[in-house]
Amino acid sequence: MLSDKDRIFTNLYGIHDFRLKGAKARGDWDGTKDIIAKGRDWIIEEMKTSGLRGRGGAGFPTGLKWSFMPKEVGARPHYLVVNADEGEPGTCKDRDILRHDPHKLIEGCVIAGFAMGAKAAYIYIRGEFIREAENLQTAIDECYDAGLLGKDAAGSGWPFDVYVHRGGGAYICGEETALIQSLEGKKGQPRLKPPFPAGMGLYGCPTTVNNVESIAVAPTILRRTGAWFAGLGRPKNSGTKIFCISGHVERPCNVEEEMGIPLKELIEKHAGGVRGGWDNLLAVIPGGASVPVLTKDICDTVLMDFDSLREVRSGLGTAAVMVMDKSTDIVATIARLSSFYKHESCGQCTPCREGTGWMSRVMNRMVKGNADLEEIDMLEEVTRQVEGHTFCALGDAAAWPIQGLIRSFRPEMERRIKEARANLSAA
Amino acid sequence: MTLHPEDQPWQPKSFAFTEANLAQAHKIIKRYPEGRQQSAVMPILDIVQRQEGWVSLAAMNLVGEMLDMAPMRVYEVATFYTMFHLKPVGKVHVQVCTNVPCQLRGSDDVVHACKKELGIGIGETTADGKFSLAEVECLGACVNAPVIWIGDDFYEDLDAGSTVKMIEAFKRGETPKAGSQTGRQTSAPAGGPTTLKDAGPTTLKGDA
Repeated sequence: MLSDKDRIFTNLYGIHDFRLKGAKARGDWDGTKDIIAKGRDWIIEEMKTSGLRGRGGAGFPTGLKWSFMPKEVGARPHYLVVNADEGEPGTCKDRDILRHDPHKLIEGCVIAGFAMGAKAAYIYIRGEFIREAENLQTAIDECYDAGLLGKDAAGSGWPFDVYVHRGGGAYICGEETALIQSLEGKKGQPRLKPPFPAGMGLYGCPTTVNNVESIAVAPTILRRTGAWFAGLGRPKNSGTKIFCISGHVERPCNVEEEMGIPLKELIEKHAGGVRGGWDNLLAVIPGGASVPVLTKDICDTVLMDFDSLREVRSGLGTAAVMVMDKSTDIVATIARLSSFYKHESCGQCTPCREGTGWMSRVMNRMVKGNADLEEIDMLEEVTRQVEGHTFCALGDAAAWPIQGLIRSFRPEMERRIKEARANLSAA
Repeated sequence: MTLHPEDQPWQPKSFAFTEANLAQAHKIIKRYPEGRQQSAVMPILDIVQRQEGWVSLAAMNLVGEMLDMAPMRVYEVATFYTMFHLKPVGKVHVQVCTNVPCQLRGSDDVVHACKKELGIGIGETTADGKFSLAEVECLGACVNAPVIWIGDDFYEDLDAGSTVKMIEAFKRGETPKAGSQTGRQTSAPAGGPTTLKDAGPTTLKGDA
C-alpha cells in the first residue's frame, strides 16, 4: 500500500483548511518561483520523466502534450484550459481536489501555463459544482491578494491569470473540443480534429486542455522530481491516482493509491470489501461508464492501471470503480448507461445521434428479453457502426459498455429472451 | 399543445437585471478577451436564472443585445444546456440522480420517496409552486450516492427515510444541512479514513 508520505492529496477529505494558509502548511506554493526559474524545457522534461499520463481518461502522456504547444508565442496568445467538467458516471475525484485542495490546481496552472507559454488559464468546472466553484474562486482570490497570481505570479516574473468558467450540465463538454466551443459561448458540440487544440484551440489560439488531476499533481512532481513519481506504480503506468469506489461495497469512498494496485486489494482495503463478501461479486466497471464491464474471474487478479486493464479489453478511464454484487440486474444497468448516452449525445454526428437512441431502445427491450436471439448480434454490429465513426469519443463510449455486456454476459441476455418466449407461448 | 415561445402565456413581456446583477454581468464579461464577450453567455444566463428562477425569452433577447449575439445564438445555448430552465420550476427544485452509481445504491427508492412525499411525478410542480421534481444524470458525487441536488447544494448518502426527512425540512421552510446525510466526512469511507491518518498538517477546517 502507498504510504502517506507519498500521497499528493493530503487534504482529500477536507479535514483540513482548503485555504492558502492550510495549503501552504501542506507544502503548496513552496518554491514555485524556483521551479519556474529552471525553465520550460526542464519542466517539460521532468514531466516526461515522471511518466504522468493524463488523468481525464485517455491517458495521454502529459509532458508530451505540453511539448506540442508552439515554442514561441506569436501573434496569437497561448491558453491553458483545465477540464473540470467531471461527469463520467462513477467519477467524483476532481470534486475533492476543487473543494479541498484548490491551491494544488492553481499552482499547477501557473507552472503548466508557464511551460506552454500561456498567460491565462480558464478552469471549466461543471455547473452543478456550485460549492466547489466557490471554494476554487476563494482560493484564486487569495492568490491574487498574495501575489501568487497576477502581473508577477509567485514572484517568477511571469504574468498569469486564472478564471473560473461554470458549465451548464452537458456531459459532452468534458470532450476537449466541445469544452472549447462551450467556453466560446456556443453549444458544446465537438469539433473535428485536426486541427488539434495545440494548433488551433480556444479563440483559434494554441491551447492545451488538461484534466484537473493532471495539473494538480504537477507541482508535487516537480518538487519531488519526476523520478520519484516514476518510481511508483509500473513502467508507463506510473505514479499515484485517486480512485473512486462506488456501488455495492461496504464503504464507498475516494482514495489516493499507487497505480497498478490490484483491484481486489483496492476494494477490500479501502472500501470495506464487496457487500456480502468477495464471492458475492458479479462484475466491476473499472473506469467510469464508458469502459467495458469486467466479470469476477478477471477482477480476482487484474491490476488497476492503463495497460493492465487494456489487456483485459477494458480501460482505466477515470479510475471510477463501480462494483456490482450478485443482486444486480446487469442488463438493466448497462441499459441505464445506454439511456445516459442517448440523453447526452450532442446530436451532431448521425451515427451517434441515431445510434445511441437505437441502442438504448434495443437495450430496454433486452432487459425484459423482449427480443429475438439474432438481435444480440445485430446490436453488436450496430455498436461497431457507431464506434469510430463520429467526431468525438462519445459514440465509442456508448458502444463499449454494450460490447462488454455482450462479451461477458451473453448467456444471461439469451436466457431472458428464451424465458420471455416461453412465457409468451405458455400464455 | 406546443406553443411558440412568444405565445406561451407564462413568458413575461420584459426583463431587467437588478443593479447588482448587472454590475456582476459586466464584471464577468471582462474575464474574456476583447471581442470574445460571447463567452460570457452561460455565466450571464446563470445570473438571470438566479434572479428569476428560470430563463425567459425576454431575458435571452436582452442577453443577446448585451453580448452582441443574434437572439438565435442565445436560444441555442439556453436549449442545449440542461441546467437552464426555459419555464418556471418550483422554488425548491428537487433533482435526483438516477445514473448507475446512484441506481446501485437505491436511487429508485429515493425517487419513489420524493414522488410520494411531494405528491408529484417527474417533471411536475406542486400546485402551490413550491416544489418541482426532476431526474438528472450523474452529478459527480458517486461515492456518496444516492445524491439529490437542490439549490446550490448536494444532499448525499440518501435513502428513502433521510429523503423524506430532508423534504419535510424544506416544507417547513428550513434549509437542511447539505452533504452526507449519514454524517460521514465527505468522500472518506464511513467510519473514518483508511489513509492519511498520520499526524498531518495541524490547521483544521475553519481555523483560517
